[in-house]
Order: sequence, then C-alpha cells, then structure tokens
Amino acid sequence: MSASEWFREDRLPHIYCTGCGNGTVINCTLAAVEEMGWKRDETVFVSGIGCSSRAPGYILTDSLHTTHGRALAFATGVKMARPEFNVVVFTGDGDLAAIGGNHFIHACRRNVDMTVVCMNNQIYGMTGGQGSPTTPPGAISTTTPYGASEPAFDLAELAVAAGANYVARWTSYHVKELTKAVTTGMQTPGLAFVEVRTQCPTNYGRHNKLRTVPAMIEHIRSHAMLVEKYNRLTAEGKPIPEGTFTVGELVRRSRPAMGVRR
Amino acid sequence: MRHEVRFSGYGGQGIILSAVILGRAAALYDGKYAVQTQVYGPEARGGASMGQVVIDDAPILYPEVADPDIYVIMSQQGFEKYGTRAREDAVMLIDADLVRSRPACRAYEIPATAEAKTALGREIVANIVMIGALVAATEIVSREAIERAVLDSVPKGTENLNIKALKRGFELGERACKP
Amino acid sequence: MQGNTACAEGALAAGCRFFGGYPITPSTEIAETMARRLPKAGGVFISMEDELASIAAVIGAAWTGARAMTATSGPGFSLMMENIGYAAMTETPCVVVNVQRGGPSTGQPTRAAQGDMFQCRFGSHGDYSTIALTPNSVQEMFDLTVKAFDLADRFRVPTFLMADEIVGHMRERVTIPDSVEATSPRPLAEGSLPFEANENGIPGFAPFGSGRAVHVTGLTHDERGYPDTTDPEAHDRLVRRLVTKIESARRAIADYEVMNPDAETVFVTYGAPSRTVEQVIHDRPGDSIGHLRLRVVWPFPEFALKEFPNAKVFLMPELNLGQMVREVQRHVDQPVVAIPKIGGELHTPAELVSALEEHR
Repeated sequence: MSASEWFREDRLPHIYCTGCGNGTVINCTLAAVEEMGWKRDETVFVSGIGCSSRAPGYILTDSLHTTHGRALAFATGVKMARPEFNVVVFTGDGDLAAIGGNHFIHACRRNVDMTVVCMNNQIYGMTGGQGSPTTPPGAISTTTPYGASEPAFDLAELAVAAGANYVARWTSYHVKELTKAVTTGMQTPGLAFVEVRTQCPTNYGRHNKLRTVPAMIEHIRSHAMLVEKYNRLTAEGKPIPEGTFTVGELVRRSRPAMGVRR
Repeated sequence: MRHEVRFSGYGGQGIILSAVILGRAAALYDGKYAVQTQVYGPEARGGASMGQVVIDDAPILYPEVADPDIYVIMSQQGFEKYGTRAREDAVMLIDADLVRSRPACRAYEIPATAEAKTALGREIVANIVMIGALVAATEIVSREAIERAVLDSVPKGTENLNIKALKRGFELGERACKP
Repeated sequence: MQGNTACAEGALAAGCRFFGGYPITPSTEIAETMARRLPKAGGVFISMEDELASIAAVIGAAWTGARAMTATSGPGFSLMMENIGYAAMTETPCVVVNVQRGGPSTGQPTRAAQGDMFQCRFGSHGDYSTIALTPNSVQEMFDLTVKAFDLADRFRVPTFLMADEIVGHMRERVTIPDSVEATSPRPLAEGSLPFEANENGIPGFAPFGSGRAVHVTGLTHDERGYPDTTDPEAHDRLVRRLVTKIESARRAIADYEVMNPDAETVFVTYGAPSRTVEQVIHDRPGDSIGHLRLRVVWPFPEFALKEFPNAKVFLMPELNLGQMVREVQRHVDQPVVAIPKIGGELHTPAELVSALEEHR
C-alpha cells in the first residue's frame, strides 16, 4: 500500500490553505505508518480541534476527531482499552499546549504507548491567527497586535521533562528526518512525541513579514539548529543566535510504559 | 418493630464499623432488614464520629435515624453532640470511663475501653466489647448473628481477639442489666 | 453493602471493562471498588488527571467496543459537560454516575442533593436528549447501573445514573444475581453507513477494529460520519434525530411505580425522597395518598401522570429548590406544589405530613 492509499478520496478537497505545512506532516506520518507495516484495521488516528486535528478525517482508518485539547485523554482510553491498536494523535500548539496542556504532561508521565505528532505553527490557525502559547515573543497576531509579550513554551522540552520515552523535533522542511523520527517514535514503546515546526502562511507569515511560503519555510529552516551542535556550542560557551530552536532526537529511553501491546 | 441505634465516639474508635457490623448481623444473619448510615466528615482521627442503623422486621422505608431508641456512646464529645437529646424511654450504653455525663434515660455503664486495655491487652477492640454489651443488654440481634458479622468484618489474624472481646462484652452487658 | 459499592458491582455484572475517573466525594467508593475489582476481571481502571479527561477516556474506550463508565459528583459533572455533548453528538454508548452533593460550586461535599437534574438533561450546549435514572436504594444502585448500560447501548447515548449522597453512602442488603442479561448495541449492517439510522433513529455500531474505517467527529456530520458544518438541512436532520431517537422512545424507556392511583393527593418523587413518601403512606393506612415514583426521569414520562385520574394536587419533594417540579407543572392542569429541601438532609415523614395537610 502506498501512502496515498491511506487517504479518504471522497473527502477531498481538504480544508488546508495553499502552502500550509500540515499536508507535509501528514504525508511524513503516513510514510512512517507504511514503514511500520501497520494494518489499517488496527490503526486509529485521534485528534482534538484545530487545523492539525482535521487530519484524521482525511485518513481511511477508524478515527476520533474529538474536543479541543482532549485528544490525548480520548487516545488514552482507546489505547488502554485495546493495546493491540496502533494509536497516532495529531495535534497543534493551541490544542496541545494551551487548552490541553494538562493532558499533555500527564500522557507523557503515563508514557502511554502512542505516537503524538504536533503541528506547531505557533498560532491558532483555524480561528484566524490568534496568539498561542508557542507564539514567539514579539510576533504579531490578531490578539498580539503590538507583538507577543509572553514567553513561549518549548513543547519538546516539556515532553522530555514530563517523561515521554521518545521526543524529537523537526520542521516541515526536514521531510526525510521527520519521517524517520516518526518511525522511530512508533517503534519505541511508550509515548513518542514529535514536534514539527510548520508554516502557516495565511495567519502567521502574513502578519510577520513572511509573505511567501518559501520565505516562511526558509525562516523556520534557518532558525533550526541540530541539537548536537547546540549542545556543543553551549558547552563551549559560544553564543546561540536569537530565535534558534533545536532539531533532532531529544530523548530516547525506556521508562516504564502503559498500554503496550501484550 | 423498628429500632433506631446510634453509635457515637471519637474518630478512630471504630464507631462506623460498629454500626456496619450491627447492620450486617441483622440483615445478613438474622433475616431482618437494616439500613446503615453515617455522618461523613473529616473525623478519621479524633472529633465526634457518628454511625447509625435502622433495624426492622419489615422492609425499611424511611432510611434515616430520626429518634434513636438505643444509643452507644464512647466519648464525652460524642455524648454532647449526639446523645443529649435522647428520649426518656431510650436505652444508652456508655463507656463509663470516657463519658462524664449521664442521660435522663436508662443508662448502662460499660467499662469497654478499660476492659479492652487491661483484660484483652488491646484498646482497639473496645468497640467490639461495646457491641457485645449492646447485644446482651438489648437483644436487638442474636448472639450468633453478631458473632458472624464480627468475623466478617475484622482483619485476618485478629478473629480470636475480637471474639474474646465480643464475649467479654456479652458478660459486661448482662452484668449491667442486673438490678 | 454500600450504595456506591453496589453501583460498581452492577457495572461489573453488566460487563463494564473500562473505568476512567477522578476522586470526588461522595462518589469515590465507586472508583475505589473499580480499582480493586476491574484488573481482576480483565478490565482497565485508570485514574485520569481530571474529569474532562475521565469522560474523554471513557468515550475513547467505548469506541473500542468496551462497556465503559465514569463516576463523579457535581463539580466533576460540570467539568464533563463538553464531552457529554460530544458523546451525545457521536452517539457513544457510555455511563456516567453522578452521586449528587450540595452545590453550587464546592458546596457540601458530604451531604445529599438532587441539584443536577436539569444539568444532566440540558448541561451541555446545543440540543440533544439523554437518559437519566434515579435509584432510591442500594439494591437499585446495582439494578439501575445494569439498566443504564443496557439503555446506553440500545440507544447509543450517554446515560446517567443520578444518585445522591444518601443512596450512595447508605448500606443495605443487596441481592446480586448470578448473571445479568446484557444487550449489545445493534451492529452496523453490511452496506450501511456508520451514522445511517434505522426506523428508530438509531445507527448500527461498528466499534474501532471492525474494519469499517469509521470517522467519528463532534462536528455536524452526514451519515458517512463526514463533517458537513454549513448545510442547514444536514444539521437539522442529525440533531433532530439525536433528540427524537430518545424522546420518541419515552414509553419504552420509562420505568416508574404507581401507588394508590385513585388518590386525590399525589406525591411525585425520584431518588431518596421517595423513601420518606413510602414511609408516610405506610404510617397512614387509612389515608389515600397517591405516589408516582420515577426510576427514569429523562426522557420525562409525562404519560405516567395520567395514571392518577382523580388527582387534584401533585406534591413534589425534591432535594433542591424545585427542579423536576417544573417538568410536572408543564404537563398537568392541576396545581403542582414543590416541597423543596436543601442542606443535605432528607425530608422527614413529619415534614411531608404537614405539607400533605396544608395542600390537600
């Protein structure tokens, strides 16, 4: 089966804007599912609310498109009741880190055996571009018209601290690395969290002098630094450019996990 | 015949358990009907704790205790909070060393805690001594039924101690009833 | 056995194999019993981070085909409301137990109330219908929990056991049958769409793993389960069906007791206050006092009121300031008098006798 065979063709066209990064993330995730050889009848996609969370609706498996922020709690029920299912959660920065923040840390703590892919576009996209907990300081959004004044969450580091067995971060530019990271996450028992920095040209780029899709992708790519390099520079006491974020595998470990297939 | 029994003492004495044991004896082993209720509060240790039981030969409709005809009081605070309004024809068993006051109704003084401490060596079974005395004094349930209910309710390994406490309670109850 | 324990035993007897919950007085003994018993019964108990997560996990488990339940009280019930709407919208069979305590807000954690009777019917946003059962004894905590699972599956609807602190915490003798009959949801027929209803308005159920690739969404959806959020007709068709499938089955779902149908003065009760009314009737054998005792309050069985053709007045003792009394008032021409009581204690027989003498 090729990745395209996982799509519900009768649901197309999709709702994503031209140049949206979510399609790339969905493709990479489905390529990982292919790589894993998962059966369609044993794979369940779960999501909350937001642009990211519409993804399961386009995939031809059992899928649960739930309420805002609660996807991980629903997914915990699915996986704990039927550990033989492969459970993948699509979420976004608002869904996961704002309204769903508590479920996020507890799902990581429990280390429930599922894969969580977060499309972090640093904005509430579906509602028209309001500031989220990952909107960088100074960024313009409809609710931060003078520039965001709050510090942003580092979602991947949050997942590491909360106990997830596998945590990686890539961008919508790093297609191969992203696919490999999602695959590795699926192979790792316990909760795998993959954060993807992705572009929202419509509601983020437009307000932040990144008017074209290539400009936005280039902006994300150029601020990504391999975690190994970041650690080396930090150890050497060398300066890290402002706005830099790490990419790569942040943790892979084997804390006790729940809901692992028996 | 409907009986309403109220137990009170301080948290940690096994007051609620006493009510549960009495209800269990009536409902499971004497073929009667029983409803056990209690006041829920933070009184796991200390404070005035209260548990009560309605026992009847017929199904119990109104489940609450409104005006008890039998009291078992094991602390002064318990008496003040739950025992002062006892009606005149009620019967009250009192742990004589722990309750200073005496009610207007008939009262039997049972030295349950002292007995548990000295004769049985474990203060914790004072409530079982009291249950024994209650059954001997009022015959509200049969001795066989209460014995089975006690055995159902106590931790494994403490059965002998508890049965000894119960029987000691029977004796104290009989003695207290003698004029 | 305690009422809350009997509820858990009823759930286990009914085949409940998933419990997601959060501790809250006065319902906690249900979670504690499930925590002890479920793993040994091949089920899953999970203590979630809050009540939003509890009901979410229950709905997730229900979609794997497991009979799933949660138990809570007022504050937790309030937190569950959004996902209760989700369960109604997605037609997820599940059981929510609310051992009611005094509210609003934190209120009286250890005292009884019946203050959430409208919340269980109208608490989530939008139009929908649910089923709510009201036990008045420890035995009914068992029996009606079993029945709640049955109704949830038959009608594919979140079903509430609306208990109160009195029945939750009291202990009485319970008879537990060797086995109980459990109906499963009607399976999704080959060739049918996942949300295509039969003549009763209820779709067949294809839990995850059935090979039907069901998409479940809280958005307004068509019979395929696909979002269709702007077509007025699609929304009207779906939501009207969600309400009608329950309301049109009122007689099939109804469960009530009638005493002294010839009486002119009739008590209407549900839950714990019914026990006081039964006591009053028992204590006044020569007096003709009617009693309609509801074991199902939603959907409201208005036809049951017609069982008292001579009724001149209906009296409604409730542990709130008058909730279900409004529902009765809406269906009869006779005066309907609320006998409200809040604070945590059951109406005493004397209180009801004086109300009776005042209003008959």
